[in-house]
Amino acid sequence: MIRIPALRFGKEYTSLDKAQLVHHVTGEPVAEVSQVTGSQIARDLGQMDRARQILSEIPMADILGMYKKAADYFANAKLPCGDTELDFDGYVRNLSATTGSPMVFCRRNALKVHYVLENIEEVIGGLTRGLDPEFFDKGFTTRGGRMQAFFPTTNVFGAVLPSNSPGVHSLWVPTIAFKMPLLLKPGREEPWTPFRVLQSFIKAGVPPQVLGFLPSDHSGANDILRLCGRSMAFGDDRTMAPYRNDHRVEIHGTGYSKIIFGEDKAPSWDRYLDMLVESIAANGGRACVNASAVWTPSHADAMAMGIAKRFAVMKPRPWDDPNCEISAFAKPEVAEAINNMVDEGLKTPGARDVTLEVRGTPRLVKEGRIAYLLPTVIRCDSPEHPLANKEFLFPYASVIECPQDDILHRMGYTLAGTVLSDDKAFVSSAMACSHVERLNVGPLPTNRLTWDQPHEGNLFTHLYKQRAFSQAAFNGSK
Amino acid sequence: MSTSKHAPIDYFSPAEWFNPSESLESKVKRAKEQLDKHVRDIVKWHFSPETGCEFWLEKAKTYSFNPLTDVKGADDLHLFGTFEDDWLRGGPISRWVPKGFAGKPVYVFETGGTTGLPKSRMVIDDFRIDYEMMSETLPDKHFPKGSNWLMLGPSGPRRLRLAIEHLTQHRGGVCFCVDLDPRWVVKLIKARNIEQANLYKEHCIDQALTVLAGGHDIKCMFTTPKLLASFDEALRAGKLEEKYRSLGKKVPPGGLRSIKAAGILGLFTGGTEFTPQFTREAYEEMLDNGDVYMTPTYGNTLMGLACSKPIGPHDGFKITYYAPQPRAMTEVVDPKDYSRKVGYGETGRVLLTTLTREFFVPRFPERDEGEREAPYERYPWDGVSGVRPFSELAATTVVGVY
Repeated sequence: MIRIPALRFGKEYTSLDKAQLVHHVTGEPVAEVSQVTGSQIARDLGQMDRARQILSEIPMADILGMYKKAADYFANAKLPCGDTELDFDGYVRNLSATTGSPMVFCRRNALKVHYVLENIEEVIGGLTRGLDPEFFDKGFTTRGGRMQAFFPTTNVFGAVLPSNSPGVHSLWVPTIAFKMPLLLKPGREEPWTPFRVLQSFIKAGVPPQVLGFLPSDHSGANDILRLCGRSMAFGDDRTMAPYRNDHRVEIHGTGYSKIIFGEDKAPSWDRYLDMLVESIAANGGRACVNASAVWTPSHADAMAMGIAKRFAVMKPRPWDDPNCEISAFAKPEVAEAINNMVDEGLKTPGARDVTLEVRGTPRLVKEGRIAYLLPTVIRCDSPEHPLANKEFLFPYASVIECPQDDILHRMGYTLAGTVLSDDKAFVSSAMACSHVERLNVGPLPTNRLTWDQPHEGNLFTHLYKQRAFSQAAFNGSK
Repeated sequence: MSTSKHAPIDYFSPAEWFNPSESLESKVKRAKEQLDKHVRDIVKWHFSPETGCEFWLEKAKTYSFNPLTDVKGADDLHLFGTFEDDWLRGGPISRWVPKGFAGKPVYVFETGGTTGLPKSRMVIDDFRIDYEMMSETLPDKHFPKGSNWLMLGPSGPRRLRLAIEHLTQHRGGVCFCVDLDPRWVVKLIKARNIEQANLYKEHCIDQALTVLAGGHDIKCMFTTPKLLASFDEALRAGKLEEKYRSLGKKVPPGGLRSIKAAGILGLFTGGTEFTPQFTREAYEEMLDNGDVYMTPTYGNTLMGLACSKPIGPHDGFKITYYAPQPRAMTEVVDPKDYSRKVGYGETGRVLLTTLTREFFVPRFPERDEGEREAPYERYPWDGVSGVRPFSELAATTVVGVY
């Protein structure tokens, strides 16, 4: 069993309170993760002015060089992991073991993290809209003769992370490049990626005093969100409700991402079937950018049946099978609860589980100490049906028929929306839609990200605020 | 030996057990004899028509045994079955006042009560006796006689406020108090109104800082784990220094950014959230590696005050509590069979018995569990360590809010 300490900004800390992580299939202990308390977090945050000073003194060119090295170490080196060292394969294996996400998903997502480390200049160029990196050394720069100055909104960035999707770690990776100390509270089952990225940074020369890895409970998470000047957090609507109006916290919650057909493309829906299936089910369907609804003015029954036939052949496979398409639930009771929520929704007339009709077997599959939820398509007669606008932690989508003119008004908040239409007026309405964050026009899956365009929040504008800045020479000074 | 003004049946000096030349075996034997005699005395008091209270005299009519003749010691307490805490909800409170104390001024202390009826306990002098006994266990170096105290904990209808104030007065000092209503905090947390809960906590801490900045030469403190952490956080953030400046006072050289720097020498604390990890954090990071002495206690309105063995790195920061026997005793029992004590080091539910002339509570299943601990030289009877909310109840209980 691997014993993973907390990293308290330069000090490894082995706590008396530890969270034990077990293999989702065998139940065998895999790791013990030291937990810290909210008050320890608060105490460590008292050192952040000093930590930021340390980071600000490192030239930006050096920091970018450290990212390149860290990318290499992340993918290729044996790195410390508590009382042992792990190579990349060992890291992926442990990640899969404790989260239930198949190894093939874990590897794919880990490579997203590697991409951001490797291509940090492209990523920060996108986040800052091309700001000259010299800004981070000087506090201002000029472009086209115009002054560009910003000031930091905090002295530390805190991230309260989830366990269900290792790809999300790419979101906080640029923090150090923005010369901002970083505090990570890993998800309970996923200490692996945050710890490995921080070890990559440390090996690459980033001072440990600017890096915090502080596993904690819900109370500790609340303390991070309360005490950090800027933070990000992942959670469902209920968990995140207290922070909904807190501008200091960037919330990554339920996405309600959608595929939206126009009248012109709905009849040829089957041309986009691969895209539909990928949008809903890629990576186990657990990301906020996975589509959870398909809105169409016509052909809804045929679409639902087409998707259902593709879903019906997806079967649970062993976690280390390279052809795995479905994530396991390491806590079967969670799968049962979700399954019950869907069944409860189906009791309201006006919805049917099309996948169940095609597959003929139940959605919930229990195997040993784990469970799976098989991909599911629900055909809803009306946008008002309780299952029409739901998002669950497995490949799930409703298919809703609705007049084109009404779709954009009735579909609600959409993190990532793909509009399939050549109708200029409809596309123009979508462009003007204030409740769609990331907008794709054309056959682009909702889950495909572009690294220079954040789909939810922008780390740079979260951590820096524009300021008016002028300077003049003093008389007699050179 | 005790110089207490209280009657011998009420006051039992902890110093009786401090003699290092007496063997533990001998102490254990004597403690058991003392407990058995005390059980007989207390049962006789509560079940005699001229001294007992209405509740127990009525209850005795339903028993198939005679408490006055059949209860010969602690091992016979099982005859009473278990005490149900619902008996303490609602009135009249007078049914609990022993006739032997008729006419004496009575306090009522409450526990719980965020929703519904709280449990009520009548008290005359017990809180004074409990805290005077506890006082004998405090090292004078860290709790100097004559020192002023700060009480940063729940007030209102609880025992703590009066008890800490009495402890301070008993030791020759003056106690400064803050006002804190934990029922309001529980309501805020249940409503997920974290912002208001935090604001209320800050309000309480601010009151404490104001007291400290007032120049009252406070050297000792009572507080709870959560408030201790918040208090330390506020000090480290420079809030006491800010308070000094806002009052036009000079911040002393060296600053006021730790509990030690604020002049506190000893800390008396209580609460079931005292995990070994929290204790370690407090010892190492809040109290300057033990320079400020901390003594955790375990108590509630029904029982007196259980003291702990000295805590520290020597023992992995384990906290082991010992009830103030013979006035109260704790047993660690099989949660499915309260008649069976678990083995030493094994986990069980805490069963509490209170044995004072004011209040008799036989075998009350506490809302806590822990590990049974062997007798210790200063407390030669069973103790309990690792106290935490009973796992079968924990999911439905909000604990440690203040």
